[in-house]
Amino acid sequence: MTFRKYLVLAGVTVFAAAGDSMLSHGMKQTGSVSLHHLQGVILALLNPWVASGILLLLAFFASYMNALSWADLTYVLPATSLGYVLLALVAKFALHEQISLLRWLGIVLISGGVGFVAGGEALTSHVHHSSPPFAKGAKDGPAEAEVASAVSSGSER
Amino acid sequence: MKHLYTWSAILIVVFFSVVGDILIARAMKKVGDVHELWDRWGLWAVVGRVLSRPSFFLGVAAMAVAFFSLLFALSWGDVSLVAPAAASLTFIGNAFAAKIFLHEKVDRRRWIAAVLVAAGVALLAG
Repeated sequence: MTFRKYLVLAGVTVFAAAGDSMLSHGMKQTGSVSLHHLQGVILALLNPWVASGILLLLAFFASYMNALSWADLTYVLPATSLGYVLLALVAKFALHEQISLLRWLGIVLISGGVGFVAGGEALTSHVHHSSPPFAKGAKDGPAEAEVASAVSSGSER
Repeated sequence: MKHLYTWSAILIVVFFSVVGDILIARAMKKVGDVHELWDRWGLWAVVGRVLSRPSFFLGVAAMAVAFFSLLFALSWGDVSLVAPAAASLTFIGNAFAAKIFLHEKVDRRRWIAAVLVAAGVALLAG
């Protein structure tokens, strides 16, 4: 893991949390969207909170795809779930909302989960790239060799 | 009856979220490490390789379906049930699907992480 990769994971976390909260703030101003009032969707898009929320979610999506190009899905998802904790802390300290005991427990569980996954390998899946020099030998080997070659080739690069 | 509708909506959201995540993850694994691509060939090479993967577009379509079904579910369902249930079931569903379809090594460490995060999200959003 390089510093650049940690930055990408931080980007996934922060953009998702900020985008979601701006979107939800904007949607509360515009009101509910229903099948019978589809023009409400267009009105919602004109709301500045909704629009900036969508921009941030696009940034989230770009960093999410970046992370998935070098790490497993089952690594990226837990590693970036600290965004939920971030949202709760923003609610507590910026919006002065009360956080119940159950929510604190949720924060502890998520942080524990992040700690668990962060201690392990980022990449375990083996995908055949278009022209990898190592793929031919690894294909015939046992499963462990495949994983090892995928991991080591990832860190060499 | 209302419960049945709500849970069907939740399961539809979870299904399309998982399908979207798996397809995007698959597309990006085929593209390869974008940092390396970017350093060597530049940004447009990355964009070009992403756009040449059909699973990328299918994944985006599935995520869009998940997003809009969540919006509709939230507009008539109970928010304190729909949002946390959909988010936390998606974590669990993704762990299963990543093991089966992406051949990720979901070991005990990752299962514990997925379950802890799913439980935490359910508590936080509920």
